[in-house]
Formats: sequence, structure tokens, C-alpha cells
Amino acid sequence: MQNEEKKDEGFGRRDFLKSAVAGGAVAAAATAAVTVPQGAQAQPAGNGPAPGYAFLNLDEAAFVEALVDHMVPADQLSPKGTDMGLAIFIDRALAGGWGKGDRLYMQGPWKPGVPSQGYQLPLTPAELYRAGIAATNAHCMKTYSKSFDRLDATQRQEVLLGLSSAKITFADGLPVRVFWSTVYQTVIEGMFSDPIYGGNRDKAGWKMIGFPGVIANHAQNIIKYRDKKLPPNFVGIADMS
Amino acid sequence: MAKVLKEVDVVIVGLGWTGGILAKELSEAGLQVVALERGAMREAAKDYALPGIRDELRYVHRHDLMMNTARDTLTIRNNPSQEALPMRRLGSFLPGDVVGGSAVHWSGHTWRWTDMEFKARTLYEERYGKKYIPQDMSLQDWGITYAELEPYYDKFERTAAVSGKAGNLQGRIQPGGNPFEAPRSRDYPLPPLTSILASELFADAARNNGYHPFPRPSANASHAYTNPDGSKFGQCQYCGYCQRFGCEANAKGSPHMTVIPIAMAKPNFELRTNAWVTRVIKDSSGKRVTGVAYTNILNGEEFEQPANMVLLTAYAINNVHLMLLSGIGKPYDPVSQTGVIGKNYCYQTGAGATLFFEGRNFNPFMSSGGSNISMDDFNTNWDFDRAPHGFIGGYTIGGGFNTALPIGHRPVPRGTPQWGTAWKEATSKWYQTAMNIGASGSVMPNRYNCYDLDPTYRNAFGQPLMRMTFDYKDNEHKMGRHAAERINAIAKSMNPTHLNEASARTEPWTVVPYQSTHNTGGTIMGSNPRESAVNKYLQSWDCHNLFVVGANVFAHNCSYNPTGPVGALAYWTADAIKKKYLKTPGPLVSA
Repeated sequence: MQNEEKKDEGFGRRDFLKSAVAGGAVAAAATAAVTVPQGAQAQPAGNGPAPGYAFLNLDEAAFVEALVDHMVPADQLSPKGTDMGLAIFIDRALAGGWGKGDRLYMQGPWKPGVPSQGYQLPLTPAELYRAGIAATNAHCMKTYSKSFDRLDATQRQEVLLGLSSAKITFADGLPVRVFWSTVYQTVIEGMFSDPIYGGNRDKAGWKMIGFPGVIANHAQNIIKYRDKKLPPNFVGIADMS
Repeated sequence: MAKVLKEVDVVIVGLGWTGGILAKELSEAGLQVVALERGAMREAAKDYALPGIRDELRYVHRHDLMMNTARDTLTIRNNPSQEALPMRRLGSFLPGDVVGGSAVHWSGHTWRWTDMEFKARTLYEERYGKKYIPQDMSLQDWGITYAELEPYYDKFERTAAVSGKAGNLQGRIQPGGNPFEAPRSRDYPLPPLTSILASELFADAARNNGYHPFPRPSANASHAYTNPDGSKFGQCQYCGYCQRFGCEANAKGSPHMTVIPIAMAKPNFELRTNAWVTRVIKDSSGKRVTGVAYTNILNGEEFEQPANMVLLTAYAINNVHLMLLSGIGKPYDPVSQTGVIGKNYCYQTGAGATLFFEGRNFNPFMSSGGSNISMDDFNTNWDFDRAPHGFIGGYTIGGGFNTALPIGHRPVPRGTPQWGTAWKEATSKWYQTAMNIGASGSVMPNRYNCYDLDPTYRNAFGQPLMRMTFDYKDNEHKMGRHAAERINAIAKSMNPTHLNEASARTEPWTVVPYQSTHNTGGTIMGSNPRESAVNKYLQSWDCHNLFVVGANVFAHNCSYNPTGPVGALAYWTADAIKKKYLKTPGPLVSA
């Protein structure tokens, strides 16, 4: 975890892009330079969706990238979260039908209810994410005088423990448990869903646990590999399309 | 103004297992049949095919084959003192929304419910006395017997390609089967599925503890099979994508590849998809129905489909909703305990343990819908004395895997961090080396667990949402404690490296997470119109040309999956219509 994030010390991608947008003189250099700063998302050529965010703004992208890299650090088991495509997965999920609440019952009246009544916010998942990032950053600014993406690993850990235990409460009234459970769900989905959705890049999530993917005609294997490891062969939907 | 269509003999509302069976049986009998299905057509060869069907995110977590709560949902609360709020997204249960209904995405578990359920009040009163049944428990007999239903269970098992091992053939106990099952006229049509390591470890432990494990009967064809109607099944591939998915191998018994295509080949049968039925229409006497009103959800156009007979064969919840919206039968009132529509809503409960075995390879992704060994020692075993434990009903215990895909299934020992390298290490280590033992338990009816129409919230058609009031009661808590103790005793005897122990649930029922799509009751069957909504032939006591078919007729819920009796009752009703009702239309049982 020590070497995980040094972003706060340097000139991050967000600063670069902001200055690029603000200052026309450097704009021409932006395209080429975008992938250079430390912490920027690596995008293997010709694999997965094109880089760039469809929903997240720059602050939100910085938050999500910092979040997924903290929750899923690079180690012997997998690359770090951004290199697994988790930020892209989350962005696409929020930009798409699910994020827009396409199957949510969105008629009022709206009441908080009791926990057993489940989700009762008048927010789509994308709106919830946006409000939750803003509220978390507000907490971080108040506590550390920095936004989440500029915290060191220890501070990030403190914030995530605070969110997951609901010891942090949001001043604006957004229920922290609902935000955290949505964040957690999307990180897990990004790690283990088929790579066609932008996460689980190179099937790194499946490789981590030994889940073979979509090749799944096991009528023989169920006897042959009883109490044995299935030889590694990880296949996604795109490999068969 | 709704367009009035030409009258037909029969209109069927909802085309899953029950609608499909009745569509086939009644169109083969020569009747003019129209089926109205709110969902769209999906074709196995295109829609349940490789590679697209193997998508956990789409089918399990985005609910691609399930009902869309933006259009219609329920409001929920635990008790009448709470204000019910909408179930804004799916969670605890997952009704289907395509041709084939929930029977496209089910797992296939097919059980025979016995007289222990159908005669529950009589049996418990005889053995334990009237006072043993709590005052608020509205337990009642179903008005039908196992002997009456046996031939129809047999028929359904053959239609759906159920793989299993008989435990009781005409009264003779069979080694390897369930010794506590009721007598069967003959064995299952297919031998049991290949068992998996996790199931066998559980079975050995159960046996060593003196119990009687057996392979769970399931409509997953253990080898290629042609059913009596000529529908062809492939062999189950143990692909691990069963529950929530359409079957790519045509190995899971489902109506879209059996009864529905047979009906569709008949010129006197017509299917209209995207047809949302809003109400059943009564005549001025209130003793007959004259058809249904529906909306074409592709363009909003409204129709009336007149019919001589109406069969409600939608998901159990929706059948009850339509009865309430149509004003048929007296709505149930839990305070005065009068009325019948909405009465005795029941659900299921459970407990589970996770066992971690360092060095094992369970390969949880290789499984069928029914890859499970079960035991009924605390369920259909009437010799098990409930009195010392103070509950009514029972639970099955099983060990195995069903659809253990990685977004949803990542067992780790309790106390493992939720993220970071330590979490990744545990997730990686235990995904393939953990197994579950779980109990599925009955829920007995309670006067306050019921449905009615919500006073506030409306669906996309401007109609009141269904309101569900439900919580577990003391009976279920006592049973849960008993189940957790027995599971933990079995689990400990297996000496796992780590054990996440089972614990009895004490919290109220919640709408998240997923628990079980086994919602029962609401228009229960029985022997008189004072206590039940339909008679033993599932015919409305109020309108004799209306039949309401599904788990909504169950007077209570047992530990078993409901599809066995749901399918059997559909065949039983079809026979009653063909052999009795068509000859002399009118009430088949005098009130």
C-alpha cells in the first residue's frame, strides 16, 4: 500500500486536463500527454472500450480511480483497479440504463421508510453516485483539507472504513449506507462481470479466483475434475462472438 | 374506448408453466384459446444461446428476464402499523416477465407436497391438540389429498424431465431415495444428476449423523430425453448458469420448450405477447366473468377480450392482484378475519453455513440447478416430534451448489476485510475451497400476513399497487433456531478448516437481498367459500367460469419449492375442466 498513491504530491491528470481546457495554448498538447501523468488509466490498445468517461466529470473520475485503486491494489493476485477497467466499468454502468434507473419504480410520495423496505431514495444510481462522491469529498475536505483522491493510503483507508461502517454521516442527509452499498456493488460487478462491460480487463478478476467464464459445458469435467483444479482457460463473451 | 374483440372459449392470463399446461390441454381438447402474456417472446435458439446467455451481470444482477418494477411493483411492510412503501427494485423475489414466465429462469427443483401439508390442521390437531396451533396462525386444510394429486405429479415430472431417485414406490422404501416421501406410483423419468463433491461430503456427514440424505429431484435432464408429448431435451451440461438463466442445452424443463410450442402449433390457439391484463370483467349478476380487459404495451391500445372461461395463470402475486383489482371475491380483512382475497400470504425462511476446506477443489462453477443432496428428517418425517421445539412445519437441509457465479458467490471466512490485498487473498483462496449447507424452511400462515390494494401508490396503468404485509412470526423463529443448530452440528462433524456458522434469523423480513421466489397464498384453496377463494379444482367460489391457478392457492408454504404442486394442480385443473366443467358448466363443488 505504501507506494500505491503519490498523486497528492504531483501534478495529476485532473490538474492537467483542467489547465488544458482553461489555457488554449497547451490544449494542443493535451491529447498526447493525457496518458503520461502518474495514476492515469492505462488502456491497452485495441482491447476494451475506448478510453474516456461518459458520465463521470473530472473530479468524480479522480474519486473513482482513487477508490478502485485503493480497494483493489496491484499485487501478485491482480493489477490495480484502474488497470482492471473498474473505473471505466463504473462510468459505463452509471451512464447506461441501470445508472439512469431504467427499472426503478420512481413515483412518489418519497419516504425514508425502514431498512426492511429497501431502496427508497428519489435518486437514480447515477444521481446517488454523484451526490455520494460530493458528500464524501466534502467530508474529506473538512477532515483532511483534501479531496479523497489526494489522500494518502492510510487516510483513504480511514474514509472507506468510515463509509462502510456508517461512522461517517453526510451533512446533506444522503444515507451513507445506501451510497456505500452501491459503490461496493459496482466495484464487485466491475471485477467479476464479463469483460464486455469494460471491467475485469483481461479476465483478471476471473483469473484471480479461477472462474473459467463462459465455456461451461462440464458434463464430462464434473467427473474428470472432481476435487481437482480445472486447467486454466478463461473465455469471455467477446472471445466467442 | 377499449376495442371489443370476438369472443373465444378460453382466455389465459400469463403464459408460464400453468398457463402453458392449460393452453396445451385445452387447445388439444378443441377449445378456442387465446393466451395473453405481458412479456415478450424469447426464443431459446436465439435468446438463450451461447455466448450471450452466459452473462451473470445481465441476467442475475440486472434482471433481464424478470418483471420491470418501473411498470408495476408492490408496496411492502412488515406489519399493519407501518406505512407500506414501494419495492422500488427487485430483491427478495424475482417473478419472470417473458413467454415461459419464471419457469424460464427457475432451477428445476420439483417436489411432491404431501398430506402433511394438505391436511396440516387436521394432522397437528390430532397429534398435538387444538391448543398447539397458535391463535393467530390461520392454518387450514387445503381440501385436496395427495392420492388425488399423485397421477398429476407423475404427469408433470414426465413433462418437465425430472431427474431423481424414488424413495417410496407404492409403499416400499427404496434405498438411496427419500424414505420420508409419500408413495409414488413409479420412479422419476430420469435417474439422478451426477453428484458433486460438496454434495457427497454433506451426504456422508448427514448419514454419519443418522440422517437420510438423497439426491434432490430436479427438472434438469440427467441424459437426453424425449417427454411423453415428444418434446426433446438435451443432457444437462452442469454449466453453472441455471438459476436466473434460460437453458442453452434445452435440458431444464421449461414451458417455452415443452407445452407452449405444442399449443402454438394448434390452429385454435393464439398467443398475444406484450398484452397487459388490467382486470377481469364480471357480468351484472357477479356470478360469471365475461372476459378480460388488456392493454397492448407496444402502443397503449386497450382491448376487451370476451371469453366463456377465464384462467388466471400469471405469477402468484399477480393472480391475487388481478382478483383484487377486479373486485371478485370478498377482500380479506385481518382485523375481523373475514373475507378471503389476500388471505394467508406466506413466504419461506432459512439458515445457512459456509464450510471452508483448505486444499479442496469444489469447482462451484460446475453444477446443475439441482446439484444438491437433501435430507427430510426435519421436514416430511412425521415421526420427528415438533412438540419439544414448539413449532409447526419443517425444513429441508441440503448441501451443494446452484449457480455459484462470482459476482454473487465469493465465500470468505467471517471477519475478512471487505477490500484490499487481504480481501483479494481470501477471495482467491476460498472461492474454490468453500461449500454451503443450507436449510429451506416453511412459513405458516398468520392472520396479519396478507395482501390488499395499496391506498397511495399506482402502477403504470394507473391502478393501485398490491400491498404486501409480511413478517416472520415466533413459529418461524423457533424453527430457524432448530435448523441452525442441526446445520452447525453436521458442519462441525465435517471438520472444516473454518466454519461460518448458521444462525437463526431474528431480523424482520426485508425486501433485500434475494431470498426466494416462492410467494404463496392470497387466493387459497379450501373446502368452503367462507375460508377460501377457490375450491379444490381452483375454481372461484364466486364466479364458476374463472379458475385461478398457481402457488396463490396454497393455504400455507412448506419448505419445498412450489413448482411440483403448481404443475400438478395445473394438470388437475385441466382435467377437471375437460371432464367435468365442459359437460355441465357451473360450480364443481357445491358451496
